[in-house]
Amino acid sequence: MSAATVYVPRDASALSIGAGEVATAIAKESSARGIELKLVRNGSRGAFWLEPLVEVVVQTQRIAYGPVTVADVPSLFAADFLNGGAHPLCLGPTDAIPWFATQQRLTFARVGIVDPASVADYVAHGGYQGLRRALSMAPEAIVQGVLDSGLRGRGGAAFPTGIKWKTVLEQKTQQKYITCNADEGDSGTFSDRMLMEGDPLCLVEGMTIAGLAVGATQGYIYLRAEYPHAYRALNTAIAAAYQARYLGSDVLGSGKRFDLEVRLGAGAYVCGEETSMLESLEGKRGEVRVRPPLPAIKGLFGQPTIVNNVMTFASVPIILHQGAEFYKNFGMGRSRGTLPLQLAGNIKRGGLVERAFGVSLRELLYDYGGGSATGRPIRAVQVGGPLGAYIPASQFDVLIDYEALTNIGALLGHGGIVVFDDTVDMARMARYAMEFCAVESCGKCTPCRIGSTRGVEVIDRIVGGVESERNLQLLESLCETMLQGSLCGLGGMTPFPVQSAIKYFREDFRARTPPLKQAG
Amino acid sequence: MPPNESDTVRRLVEDMKDRPGPLIEILHSVQAALGYVPPDAVPILAEALNLSRAEVHGVVTFYHFFRDTPPGRHTVSLCRAEACQSMGADELAEHAKGRLGVDFHETTKDGTFSLEPVFCLGNCACSPAAMIDGRLYGRLTPDRFDALITERQSKTSGPKQ
Repeated sequence: MSAATVYVPRDASALSIGAGEVATAIAKESSARGIELKLVRNGSRGAFWLEPLVEVVVQTQRIAYGPVTVADVPSLFAADFLNGGAHPLCLGPTDAIPWFATQQRLTFARVGIVDPASVADYVAHGGYQGLRRALSMAPEAIVQGVLDSGLRGRGGAAFPTGIKWKTVLEQKTQQKYITCNADEGDSGTFSDRMLMEGDPLCLVEGMTIAGLAVGATQGYIYLRAEYPHAYRALNTAIAAAYQARYLGSDVLGSGKRFDLEVRLGAGAYVCGEETSMLESLEGKRGEVRVRPPLPAIKGLFGQPTIVNNVMTFASVPIILHQGAEFYKNFGMGRSRGTLPLQLAGNIKRGGLVERAFGVSLRELLYDYGGGSATGRPIRAVQVGGPLGAYIPASQFDVLIDYEALTNIGALLGHGGIVVFDDTVDMARMARYAMEFCAVESCGKCTPCRIGSTRGVEVIDRIVGGVESERNLQLLESLCETMLQGSLCGLGGMTPFPVQSAIKYFREDFRARTPPLKQAG
Repeated sequence: MPPNESDTVRRLVEDMKDRPGPLIEILHSVQAALGYVPPDAVPILAEALNLSRAEVHGVVTFYHFFRDTPPGRHTVSLCRAEACQSMGADELAEHAKGRLGVDFHETTKDGTFSLEPVFCLGNCACSPAAMIDGRLYGRLTPDRFDALITERQSKTSGPKQ
C-alpha cells in the first residue's frame, strides 16, 4: 500500500492558530510509529472555525478532522485516522460538511485542495485550461469573452472588467502592463490572501491571459507588506511557472512572452487605490493621481495598464475555460458570477464563503456564520471594509448584489463582512473611521487630510458633552465636505461608516465618561 | 551610520538601481539588512538614483512600514482594525502596552521589544491578531500574549548582541 496523504494547511490564518505545530507533531508521530506518510501543506479550505483542519485521503475521498491541536495528534494515530478512523474530531468527508456543500466555489475551486507550489497539481485540477484556450484565440475574442461574462472588478469599484481590457487593447503602444492590486487592506477581507497562498497559480494564469488579451508582456503583482506568507507562496509559484514554461519568453511554445514579478508595498492603505498603487509601483509616494487620464490609457510608467484586483484576475481562468455563458449564469441583476465573501470579526463560524450574487446577508451571518462568536445579539455589521457603511439588524435581509447594497446606502466593496455584537460603541467606531483616514490619508486633498483630524475632534466633543447637538450637525456637514471634495475613495468614502453610524445608532452619540481612546 | 552600514546601502543600491522604479524595492532591502532605514542612507540613495534628498525622504516617511530608528530585537505588531476591535483588540492593546511598558511606536528600554500598530493582517476570522517577527498569531488573549512575550524574553536574555 502506498503512503497515506495528509493535508495540513500552510495558510497564514491556519498557522496563526497552530497548524504549523500540528504538521510538525504529525510528522514526528508518524516517524516514531514507523508509518510512512505524505504530508501536503495546502491552502485553507476557508472554514477557520475548524482550523487547524487536517485532511486524509481515504480511497479517493478527503476525510476531515478538526479543529486539531498538538495534544490530539497521538490519539488521532491511535484511532487510525490515516484510514479515516472514528475520532471525536472526525467531521466526515470534507465536501459533505454543509458549510462547504452549499457553497458555489468557482474562484476558490482549488484553494485548500491543491498543493500551491505544484504546477502539476494545478494542471491536474483543471488549471491552465483557460490559458490553453486563450492561446488559440484572437486578443479581441478573449476580451469579448471577459466582457460577455459580465465580470466586474472585484476590488470594490465593480467596473466592468471587459471594458477596461478593451480600452487597453485599443491602445497602440509598444509597452503595456498588467498590474494586480493585491494591497488587500480592508479589515475583514482575506480572500486575496487565501487565494495567493492556496492557489497562487490561478492568479498567475489570470494575469497571463490578460497579457495575451491586450498585448502586454510584463505583469506586476503589488502585494502588501503585511502578507509575508503570500509573498513566499507567490514567488514559489512564479518560479515553478517559469520552470514549466507557463511564464517567460515563450509561453507554452506560443512564441508569446509574459513576465511576472511581485512588488511589495510598504504599509499604506491608500495604495489600494489604483492610481496611488501605480505611483507606488514606480517607487514613489503613493499619492493619488488625477483622472483622466485613465490608467488604461496612461498607467504604469505612462503606458496603458490594466489594474485589476486579485479576485478579478482569479475569475478569468474559469471564464476562459468554461465560457462566458457558464459564468454569467450565476448571479443576479447586473452582478454576475460568484463572490468570495469573508465572514470576520465577532462571528462564530468565520471564514470564506463563495456564493453566487443574490445570497442574503442574513443567510451569511446566521446560516453560515452561526451568529456572533460571543453568543450575544449582532448589532451591526460593516460590509466592504473601513470605508463601508454600518448596516443595522433591520437591514440584514439585503441581498449580496452591488446595486442592492448601494440602494440601502451601503457598499459591497471587496466582500468583507465584519460583525459586531451589542457591546459595540458606534460613536467609537465612527471616531475610528476618521482616525484611520487621518493616519492613512496621502495628503493630497484637504478635506481628507485635515477633515479627518477635525472629524476625530468633533466626535470627541460630542461624546465629551460639549454642545453635542451642534457638533453633531457640524460632523454631518464635515462628512458632506469630505464626500464632495476628495479625489479618491479614502476621503470620499470615510463619511459612509460615520454617517451610517449616526443614522442608525444615534443613541450612541451622547456625552459619556470616560472619553474615547485612540487606536494607535 | 557606521561604515559597514553605509557599505551595505551602497552595495544594495548598486545591485538594484537599474530596475524599473527601484526606490521602494531598495528601501525594503536596506530595512531587511539593517532593520531600519538610517537617515544617513537618504543622501546615498538620492545620489545613486539621481533623485533629490527631499524625494527620497518623502518616500521613506510616506510609508508606515519604513522606520528610521533601529527596532528592538523583536517587533510586535498588533492589529488595530475593525474586525480585531470587534473581538477585544482595544483591551489587548492596553494590556500589551502595560506588559511591555511602552506605547505604540516605542521600543522597550532594554531594546528587546518594539510595539507597532498595524491595520489589518488578513487574519480577520481569527481576531484579534498580531504579528511578531513575521509570525502571525490569531485569537489572542492577554494570557496568550504574555506567554509569547515571556518565551522571547527567556530566549533573548543575556547580553545584547
